[in-house]
Amino acid sequence: MNEDLKELGAHIELRRPDCVLGWSVEHGELTVEVTPTTLPEFVEFLKTDGTCRFSTLVDITGIDHPERERRFDVVYHFLSMYQNQRIRVKAAVRDTETVPSIIEQFPSSNWFEREVFDMFGILFSGHPDLRRILTDYGFRGYPLRKDFPTTGYTEVRYDETQKRVVYEPVSLVQEYRQFDFMSPWEGAEYVLPGDEKKEGGAA
Amino acid sequence: MMDGTKFDDAQTGEQKIRNFNINFGPQHPAAHGVLRLVLELDGEIVERCDPHIGLLHRGTEKLMESRTYLQNLPYFDRLDYVAPMNQEHAWCLAIEKLTGVEVPRRASLIRVLYSEIGRILNHLLNVTTQAMDVGALTPPLWGFEEREKLMVFYERACGARLHAAYFRPGGVHQDLPADLIDDIEHWARAFPNVLDDIEGLLTENRIFKQRNCDIGVVSEQEILDWGFSGVMVRGSGLAWDLRRAQPYECYDEFDFMIPVGKNGDCYDRYLCRMQEMRESLKIIHQAIEKLRAPEGQGDVLARGKITPPKRGEMKTSMEALIHHFKLYTEGFHVPAGEVYAAVEAPKGEFGVYLVADGSNKPYRAKIRAPGFLHLQAMDHVAKGHQLADVSAIIGTMDVVFGEIDR
Repeated sequence: MNEDLKELGAHIELRRPDCVLGWSVEHGELTVEVTPTTLPEFVEFLKTDGTCRFSTLVDITGIDHPERERRFDVVYHFLSMYQNQRIRVKAAVRDTETVPSIIEQFPSSNWFEREVFDMFGILFSGHPDLRRILTDYGFRGYPLRKDFPTTGYTEVRYDETQKRVVYEPVSLVQEYRQFDFMSPWEGAEYVLPGDEKKEGGAA
Repeated sequence: MMDGTKFDDAQTGEQKIRNFNINFGPQHPAAHGVLRLVLELDGEIVERCDPHIGLLHRGTEKLMESRTYLQNLPYFDRLDYVAPMNQEHAWCLAIEKLTGVEVPRRASLIRVLYSEIGRILNHLLNVTTQAMDVGALTPPLWGFEEREKLMVFYERACGARLHAAYFRPGGVHQDLPADLIDDIEHWARAFPNVLDDIEGLLTENRIFKQRNCDIGVVSEQEILDWGFSGVMVRGSGLAWDLRRAQPYECYDEFDFMIPVGKNGDCYDRYLCRMQEMRESLKIIHQAIEKLRAPEGQGDVLARGKITPPKRGEMKTSMEALIHHFKLYTEGFHVPAGEVYAAVEAPKGEFGVYLVADGSNKPYRAKIRAPGFLHLQAMDHVAKGHQLADVSAIIGTMDVVFGEIDR
C-alpha cells in the first residue's frame, strides 16, 4: 500500500514538477503540496492522467495557522474509484491571496469553496456564486479562524415588545468555560497562583 | 387555420407568463428537516433550485477545537441522528489511525454489528418517509415500529436510544450482555417478514412507481462530477462500497453482496436500499455467530493510554485511579499529524479529516458529510422536473440536516 503511494507520489512529481512543492506518505495517505496558483491545471492533471484518475472530489477544507506567514492551508481530498486510491492536496495561501477555483474541473467544488470562504474568508477567483453558506444571513466574521471566539459576537432572542427577533452583542452570565488541563510541569502558559510574587521580586 | 398560431389576440398584458418563485420550506414536512429551497418555476416545471442550508448550523467543528477528543465524540451522534453510531465510528477510526491503537476483536465485531443496525435504522427511515413524501402513509408506521425495536437495542447496549456515545477510541464502551445478542438474533430472524410487508406495499405499487421511476436519473459522469457516494452511486450501477473497496474494521471477513441498480432513478435507489437491509441482516447474523465463537470473546477496549482502566483494577491500583482521573479530565494526547478516515455510512462516504498538534484537543477536525454533496446537486438533478418530483428527489437523496449543516 505505502509502496504504491510512494510510486504515485514520485510519478506526480515527475510529471508536474512546476506545481509540486513536495510530497509525503504518512499513515498510509499521500499528501502533495502544491503552489496555489497552479491548482486548476494540477487538478486537471490528477483527473485525466491514466495512473491517477482522481475523478471524485471528496472534500475541500481549510486550516488556520495564525503564526505562519502563509496563514491558511487549503486542503483538497480526491478519490479515484477506478484505481481505488486517495490523495490529499495542500496549498498554503496568505491572508490576502485568492485561490483559483476548481469549479471547471469539479462542479462539486461549488459548495465546498463557499464553505471555506464562509468559515475562513479565503476568496476563490472564478467562482460564480461565492455567497456564505452555513452561517446566518448577514453574518460577519469568519468563524473557523483561530482568532474568532467560540461564543461569537452576536446573539439572538425574541423581543416581546418589538415582536421580532433581535440581534444583540453576546453577554455571558458567567465566564465561558475553557479549562486548561495541561499540567504545570509541561508548559502551562499562565502564571501559577503564588508564582506572580516571585516574578515581581525578580524584576 | 387551427394550428394555434392565431391566438395571440387573446393574450392581454395580464396574461403575460412569467416564472414563479416559491419558497419550499424551511418548515415543510417533505424537506426532511430545515431545508429552504428557493424554486423558480415555469408552470410546474422546476427551472432553478437554490437550496439555502445552514439553518441547523451549530458550529460543531469550531466547538470541537476547544474540547478533548473524548468530549468530541458525542457531537458525532448529533450529526446524522438517524444512524448515530456510524458517525462515531469514523471519529474513532481517525483517532486510532493517528495513535496506532489496535481494536480488540470483540469490540471490532460489536462495531460491525451496530454499524449494520445503524444502516437498517437509516434505510427504514429513509425508504418509508420517502414513500410518505410521494403519498403512502402506511410504510412509515410499519417502519417506525421496527426502528423502535432497534433503538431498544441501542439503549440496552449503551443506555441511550439515540445519542449513543458507545464507540470509543480503542473499542466500545461496554460489553454486550449475552441475552442482548440473543434478542438481536431473534429480531433479525423476524425482520425479513417486515421487509416483505413493506415491499408488498411499495415495490409494485402503481402510484409509487409512477412517482419514482425515471425521476432524478443520475449517470456515471454525474456521480463523478458531483461527488456522490453510497446509494446514490450504487443505484446507477457502480458497485462502489467502502466496506468492500477499502475495508476498515473487520468487514473483509464478512460475506455480503453489494446491490446495484440499473437505471439510476429514484426507484432503483429504493430497491437498492431495500436489498441493502437484507445484506445488513446477513452481516448481523455473521457478526452474532463470530461474537459467540471462542475467538470473539475477550475485552472490548484496547487497554492503554487512550482508554480507561478496568473498574476492578481501579479499586486496587493507585496508578489505575490516577490514569482514570487524568483520562476524564485532561483527556488523552494524540500525536501530531493528519489523517482522513472514512466509513461507508448509510448515506454514503462519511469522513473525518483530523489535524492533531500533539495536545489533548484536535487542532482542526473537518466533517465530510455525504448529504452535503448530494444536496448540492439538487439544482442539477431537479432541473426540468415537476414541482411534485422535488420532494421525491429530496427523499431519495437521503438528506439529514444534522450532518449537512454541522
